[in-house]
Amino acid sequence: METVYLAIPLAPLLGAIIAGLFGKQIGRNLSHWVTTGSVALAFLLSLFVFKHITLDGGAVYNGAVYTWAVVDNVKMEIGFLIDNLTILMMLVVTFVSLMVHIYTIGYMRDDPGYQRFFSYISLFTFAMLMLVMSNNFLQLFFGWEAVGLVSYLLIGFWYEKDAAVYANMKAFIVNRIGDLGFLLGIAIILIYTNSLDYTVAFEKFEVHKVNLPGIFPLTVGPLSALDGVDALDLAMVLLFIGAMGKSAQVPLHVWLPDSMEGPTPISALIHAATMVTAGIFMVARMSPLYELSDIALNVILTVGATTAFFMGLVGIVQNDIKRVIAYSTLSQLGYMTVALGASAYSAAVFHLMTHAFFKALLFLAAGSVIIAMHHEQDMRKMGGLRRYMPITYWTALIGSLALIGFPGFSGFFSKDLIIEAVGKSGLVMANYAYVMVVLGVFVTAFYTFRMFFMVFHGDERMDDHTLAHLRESPRVVTTPLILLAIPSVLAGFLIDPVALGDFFNQVLLPAKEGFRDVTTIMVDGSKHLAMSQLRESYHGILGFIMHGFLSPALWLAAAGAGLAWYMYMKNDELADWFYDHFGWLHKLLTEKYYLDTFNQKVLANGALYLGNSLWTLGDKLLIDGLFVNGTVKVVKRGAGLISRLQTGYLYHYAFSMVLGIALMVAWILFAYSS
Amino acid sequence: MIGLSHYLVVAAILFAISIAGMFLNRKNMLVLLMCIELMLLAVNLNFIAFSHYMDDMAGQIFVFFILTVAAAEAAIGLAILVVLFRSRRTINVQELNELKG
Repeated sequence: METVYLAIPLAPLLGAIIAGLFGKQIGRNLSHWVTTGSVALAFLLSLFVFKHITLDGGAVYNGAVYTWAVVDNVKMEIGFLIDNLTILMMLVVTFVSLMVHIYTIGYMRDDPGYQRFFSYISLFTFAMLMLVMSNNFLQLFFGWEAVGLVSYLLIGFWYEKDAAVYANMKAFIVNRIGDLGFLLGIAIILIYTNSLDYTVAFEKFEVHKVNLPGIFPLTVGPLSALDGVDALDLAMVLLFIGAMGKSAQVPLHVWLPDSMEGPTPISALIHAATMVTAGIFMVARMSPLYELSDIALNVILTVGATTAFFMGLVGIVQNDIKRVIAYSTLSQLGYMTVALGASAYSAAVFHLMTHAFFKALLFLAAGSVIIAMHHEQDMRKMGGLRRYMPITYWTALIGSLALIGFPGFSGFFSKDLIIEAVGKSGLVMANYAYVMVVLGVFVTAFYTFRMFFMVFHGDERMDDHTLAHLRESPRVVTTPLILLAIPSVLAGFLIDPVALGDFFNQVLLPAKEGFRDVTTIMVDGSKHLAMSQLRESYHGILGFIMHGFLSPALWLAAAGAGLAWYMYMKNDELADWFYDHFGWLHKLLTEKYYLDTFNQKVLANGALYLGNSLWTLGDKLLIDGLFVNGTVKVVKRGAGLISRLQTGYLYHYAFSMVLGIALMVAWILFAYSS
Repeated sequence: MIGLSHYLVVAAILFAISIAGMFLNRKNMLVLLMCIELMLLAVNLNFIAFSHYMDDMAGQIFVFFILTVAAAEAAIGLAILVVLFRSRRTINVQELNELKG
């Protein structure tokens, strides 16, 4: 099986190398065949692994395939940990990636960077697979950075556009901030466990936490300054800061909306379905450790809830179709994060999966609209597309319904589960989080259907030329839409096994020395009761749907969608009235809470100012002025002064000679006379 | 009675005069050469005085050597002077200050 595990990430890498280095030689057609084929192969192999381990009950694989280096007994390895969580991620990643590959054939048809694009997205698939399949922190970090790199390359894919270059720089820098936290978190774990292996970390921390309750003192090396802080709390919060960068949580979310400068297929693949969920995956993967740190869980809960609600609000005022979906992605990532904080890891991963399908679907549908509109993205210039693009219309409707959590659609199950879990969570911040996620449902429904109505219904507001050329996108574009629409509807019915069942209860480390079994996703049943309570109260899918009708969330969603319909289809004046009376709110939202302005003015300019003053004061004045040029000046002045002695007059020289002789004689006389 | 010290005083005076001539002279290069000769003569006088009082002929033989070298040196000095005059049209010491960095 090792060969299969190795082949899964390596196939897309090979495809990326061939398309990237020999793209010119092999041409456009062969380029997309080789990359799409390699991703399809990875998908099929993932299915094979799924059958082998999940369906046939094969053993969890955890092993190294290559030892890169051994330093001071710390092994740096490439290894795989293949359990149900990994398999789920592999299936989602390869499936969405395959869909996006096919879609790209249509979307990027006329782009001069065709081969380059395919090479990048295959490379992304490789990096993401390395990330999710890893069994150690080093490889996790490698995958983490590699997806960040490809994201950077793809946001700036159209590098002639200034906005794209600005956006990719922004994404890169913001992610670096998160990655610093991530790296420090890994470092603390490495200091304590002297290993980069997940299971070693799980074992050591679990054993110590269960057998020797108390804090892990920070007494190692320079960290002793932080005495009294639990090393595990600190490490977990730091790791979560990494997740905040990658999964775009407040306040490190600012890069995601700007990343929409990239081509639409990558917005679907990287900035909605897969890469941004890496943080969610990481926290879920580390659940045995996060369970030990209530502080970290509270932080996660707060950050996630804030993102879920407030980013959704910004989505309401956006007019760029892709930006609406981008803010929706931020909000949904917030939901996943909240679930993590409430110890409902399986619910988070479940929402991750359903979200990957319906958000990729929505993005690709938006891309289809953008193709038809000749790359116009402003929704104010769209409208009435329903008649011209039936397939896009229906698939977008499915995606929208799944997003707002319409009963029976995938988003309904996953989101409802999260809201329930947060409601049952006993953490300090749970009440705040609960209010945020429930209100978020209303906001989600409102902006989703605002977008939907503005694009597909109402008057045709585009110019005549565009109107004349409006038609459904080619088959290569619509096929992925249809294929993604299927799981967007049906994935929700997996709630029983995946989110509430034993799917993630595979044992990674059997219990010994009196500590618990370490399972893929581990919830401390004695402290965090939400999931176990949900499990008890769950009685079949029908019951869950029925229960959904009783929860406020569903009615809020209906109200949101209804309000959108009323405001944008029936009565335009309401929007105007609202705009007139709540101008300040509108302004606050269009300015994105002034966070970008703050970053630009305070952080970016502050850094510039600091750099400038260090440059003028430290570099120019002190080093250049005093040390470098100062030395030269002193030597020059001194030499000028001394060279005055050298007059050129013979008698001066003779005089000094005589004087010298006289002094020497005097010296000899005095020195040797006594 | 004229003793050794008288000779030495005379020699010292001669030496001092020649040094003074060297420094005080601002005009003529020839005077410089003459001063050098005078300095050598002052030294010779010392040699002869000591040779006589110590009954050692080596001192007087040394004087012959010095005279010979002085003659050769005077010849070279004058030759340089002539060449210098040809190129610079002057032997004024005040104007000859090229010998510096």
